[in-house]
Amino acid sequence: MTARERIAGNVAGYVDDRTGAAKWMKKNLTKVFPDHWSFLLGEICLYSFVILLLSGTFLTFWFDPSQREVIYDGGYQPLSGLKMSAAYASTLHISFEVRGGLLMRQIHHWAALIFMVGIVVHLLRVYFTGAFRKPREFNWIIGVGLLTLGIVEGFLGYSLPDDLLSGTGIRIAEAIIQALPLVGSYIAFFAFGGAFPGEAFIPRIYTVHVLLLPGIFLALITVHLMLVWYQKHTQFPGPGRTEKNVVGYPLMPVYMAKAGGFFFIVFGVTAFLGAVASINPIWLYGPYTPGQISAGSQPDWYMGWLDGLVRMSPPIETHAFGHTISWNILIPGLILPGIMFTGLALYPFIESWATGDKREHHLLDRPRNTPNRTAIGVMALTFTIVSLLNGGNDIIATTFNLTINQMMWFSRIGVLVLPPIAFVITKRLCLSLQRADRDLVLHGRETGRLVRMPNGEFTEIHEPISAEKAWTLTSHEQIAPLELPLEDGSGVRNPGVLKNKLRNRISRATAVAVPKATETERRELEGHH
Amino acid sequence: MSYEIEPIKDPGLPAHVHRKADTDPIAAQRAERQVAILFLLSALGTLLLIFSYVFVKSDTFIFIPVLGSTNAQQLGLGMGMAIALFCIGAGAIHWAKTLMPDEEVIAQRHEFRSDDEDRAEFVKTVKDGAASAGLGRRPLIKRSLGVALGLSGLTPLLLLRDLGPLPKDNLQKTSWKAGTRLVTDPGDRPIRPEDLEVGAVAQTLPELAQGEERTLNNIGKDAVLLIRLRPEEFNLTAERLSWTHEGIIAFSKICSHMGCAVALYEQQTKHLLCPCHQSTFDVTRAAKVIFGPAARPLPQLNITVDAEGYLVARTPFTEPVGPSFWERSS
Repeated sequence: MTARERIAGNVAGYVDDRTGAAKWMKKNLTKVFPDHWSFLLGEICLYSFVILLLSGTFLTFWFDPSQREVIYDGGYQPLSGLKMSAAYASTLHISFEVRGGLLMRQIHHWAALIFMVGIVVHLLRVYFTGAFRKPREFNWIIGVGLLTLGIVEGFLGYSLPDDLLSGTGIRIAEAIIQALPLVGSYIAFFAFGGAFPGEAFIPRIYTVHVLLLPGIFLALITVHLMLVWYQKHTQFPGPGRTEKNVVGYPLMPVYMAKAGGFFFIVFGVTAFLGAVASINPIWLYGPYTPGQISAGSQPDWYMGWLDGLVRMSPPIETHAFGHTISWNILIPGLILPGIMFTGLALYPFIESWATGDKREHHLLDRPRNTPNRTAIGVMALTFTIVSLLNGGNDIIATTFNLTINQMMWFSRIGVLVLPPIAFVITKRLCLSLQRADRDLVLHGRETGRLVRMPNGEFTEIHEPISAEKAWTLTSHEQIAPLELPLEDGSGVRNPGVLKNKLRNRISRATAVAVPKATETERRELEGHH
Repeated sequence: MSYEIEPIKDPGLPAHVHRKADTDPIAAQRAERQVAILFLLSALGTLLLIFSYVFVKSDTFIFIPVLGSTNAQQLGLGMGMAIALFCIGAGAIHWAKTLMPDEEVIAQRHEFRSDDEDRAEFVKTVKDGAASAGLGRRPLIKRSLGVALGLSGLTPLLLLRDLGPLPKDNLQKTSWKAGTRLVTDPGDRPIRPEDLEVGAVAQTLPELAQGEERTLNNIGKDAVLLIRLRPEEFNLTAERLSWTHEGIIAFSKICSHMGCAVALYEQQTKHLLCPCHQSTFDVTRAAKVIFGPAARPLPQLNITVDAEGYLVARTPFTEPVGPSFWERSS
């Protein structure tokens, strides 16, 4: 035994004497993690969160979250002598006088964008592969919570520097609060410590941004990961992979090295972006004043779809009994997002209600094998993308020589018409892909080699696919539609008949599938060839 | 022979294929060298960072193709950090992929559901616990506890009351009074009609009394746009026309939709456009909304000139400016 091994043994013994951790560690250090590139998406979120904590802490050392008015006399000449808030002045100080300060600001902002992209793409992966099914519904809901909080946290973050662009964002947030029926102006006055903009808002959201929300994030992420650990990761179907096992690499050493290395890669890429790609150059926008604005005002991308919805809203307000209700703000700003996030959070329960499937699932679905789910996802995505495009309608209009009116009308119509079209097309595509899988299993792979038969006929040689591939393409199960009774045994209409009818109907739509190829069919075809 | 349909069978985990470095010691050595080179590159990255921090002045700019003129210190720090971190990661992953064991292993899953026995016992424990506390048998305790908990929930609401003052009529009013002069922003100079040419736009604020400070809260409600057209270009009611002066018309600059500054004026079409949500207002028709999500025209300020010939407000705004709120009556 070398000296080093002895020391390591002693330390481990010391810890185990006091915690009994050895038993747990022994088991968990060899825990198996399935490997797939799409499982890295969640890791990107985790790592950018760590980067956000590190770079954010750095920024707090110089940032002064105050709306107290100061006269700027720092190193950036064009703004010299201008009145501005201490928050804006200290952000300029970080950008121009603190060595590495601008780099850290840019890393922080890029990491926030990557964090949000990571969350959204990770969510899409989990959704389209059905990873949210029992027993992982809790983690799905936590994930939706993290997405929602991430949007809020990001918004608060880019509001802090108090530049002209972020102040405009706060103005819009204030208008949304103010639009709440009954309590709107009260909540707005409480939040802002009086009229907009006041001097209280930035100090307050600073506490929320650096303490309250990161704390909640930390707690939720911890539970999210503990559940992944405890429930074991899902895996894609393939040879040797079943609902009862996990096939992959052990945590120690392979997964540790890969995951640890991936953290450094994410950090490195973020640092590279921070070094070469300017983001949120607040010194160009100038300090906030409510009387000014710059053309092409845009929120960060994850707020863009909300802004796009607000932009495309028809001008409807109700004035009655001495009161005003702004539907043009409430519907796109609160009601629609509320419906979308609630629907998202409840989706696992809606699907299992519709299919009647209450079993555990650890094997992922290939999106084509669940056409209804995939089509619903693409439909929601289409809605969001049209909204997001409309959030940049002014930029798109000037870039492509369109008028804003054309863009707006495209979005207003598109947001209603395109999602259902996307649903139908996606569902058809999924079924076609199922058919292609079936052909592939039954007739084999096209080799591209053409041969001429003695009778003059040209045919292409097909090669049978491997047993592994054939299994991967046919291992999914095809659930039969529900047939809930509409009458009870004695022929009396069931009281829940409408509900059952609806469930049968949805279940039938969900169960539409191309029958998968079987060994029997394969053998029969072989006989013919 | 059975007529049962036979599904395609699971061939099981494919046999493990060795990598080159598993069997060829030269390949393994090569991989080891590659990993080491990546780690050394990382060290060079940190050296670049240190060099940039200590020796490069913060106002040095260099020309880099694609990026253009770039701050050398910021670029050096960032690239150093990026190289240092990325290469550690790349090295570790290359190490894992070429030299660490790559045989997939199988672990078994276990159902999460506890035995029926455990579940029944759990339910029993809860029931017994609740029963021994006697909550069900002692309604007095149950109800008084409910009252106490419910009331204590009010505490945070109450304590948050002092976050801000009540709105009162703050949202309804601006600083504009009858006779308030319009002054330029910036500059605070009073304006005569002849200062504005036809087609010109000016951003104005109410003149401050001696010793008064202008706050952002004031600007957020008081900002007014002056636009001068030829009087015959207006398409206004007689009343609204009388609110203009020699073709000069004044509107609140705060958007009636969500409060952004309505700052884009198109001289040709005489449209005002809000850059936030593209609500478009027609200046010739008293800022009527002709496009976008805003539901109300921008409030018009009734203006005239005072004895010295400077533009003044003849009356305050006749309606609240800015975005809608519940207490707004029209």
